Amino acid sequence: MSVMEGTDALRLISRARREEVVVLSESCRQDWPPLSTREELDIAITGSMGKASSFGLGVALSQPDRTVWVLDTDGALLMNLGSLVTIARMKPANLVHFVYDNDAYDTTGGQPTPGSNMVNFQAIALDAGYPAAYRFDDLPAFEAGLAQVLAGPKPCLCVLKVASHGRRAGAGQMKRMYDSFTSIKSLLAS
Amino acid sequence: MAPTTQNLQAASVLDELGRCGVTHIVWLPDSETGFMYQAMMRSPFAIVPVCREGESFAIAAGLMMGGARPVVLIQSTGFFESGDSIRGLVLDLKLPLLLMLGYRGYLGPNKPPGDSAARFLEPILDAWGIPHKVVDSDASCHLISEMYQQAQRTSHPAAALMGREYRG
Repeated sequence: MSVMEGTDALRLISRARREEVVVLSESCRQDWPPLSTREELDIAITGSMGKASSFGLGVALSQPDRTVWVLDTDGALLMNLGSLVTIARMKPANLVHFVYDNDAYDTTGGQPTPGSNMVNFQAIALDAGYPAAYRFDDLPAFEAGLAQVLAGPKPCLCVLKVASHGRRAGAGQMKRMYDSFTSIKSLLAS
Repeated sequence: MAPTTQNLQAASVLDELGRCGVTHIVWLPDSETGFMYQAMMRSPFAIVPVCREGESFAIAAGLMMGGARPVVLIQSTGFFESGDSIRGLVLDLKLPLLLMLGYRGYLGPNKPPGDSAARFLEPILDAWGIPHKVVDSDASCHLISEMYQQAQRTSHPAAALMGREYRG
């Protein structure tokens, strides 16, 4: 079985997207821009040591009628693992938490994380109180299961086991976080 | 030594937040603001408990992008732990966020700090350009609104340093 390419998984996610706010972390924010069809609803959370999931929770709580997708990464989530409990406690029924899990810190060159080939985020999320959690190791399985992820109980965690490619020059450039924040805030208020 | 004033009531603090139009309190209990727990649970505010203080600033930022008006209520020690969330989110996003910080080691006005947490809090806030005032009594509770409004006016965080310790 070949390892899933992260960009292939993101392409499927993008294809399923409608009006969701997408909150991006680390290597996802490098791979997502060329695949996004709703750049005006994308925000990359930088410079906070893995807080995309927490930011996504805040958006979900303040916009209960709009679905929020967090595209998290394994290294970032390890820095903010308690957020799984916080999210589970708040029970946002509009939050889907994807984890781009490549067992490495790609943005710093692909060094293994402390949890590399060991941590089971799906099990942790379920034990933290998420009502649903999924794991996909290959693209056909993810393609077949994505609809269930999106339609099932929330908040949910969806682990995508993807290949590590180390540091890359960024397949696309995202807007600065401040610019995304102010424009999405205005859009959500309108 | 105890703080000089013990006359800070939870209802007074929450009344001030109500006047400000606050919607959410993102918090982790601490010795200085633990006395507010029961009152907070009965209040109309949405309470968002966190596991670690660094989360609180990211949650508040997300809430604000979605149009809510949160405050963060944590201890000074958690403020120290949250450094990069404050730098990367609160300051870089120019959030008009009120930080309500339990002032651990505060022994009263013009008294020397009771521990290193108290010794470093105000200098660190100053270094980051976050204005702050001490709230340690009902009489000084209006400073919560003052700092909240200052944050809104300047699109920059401001802090109310809560100087009462929980005594059970």
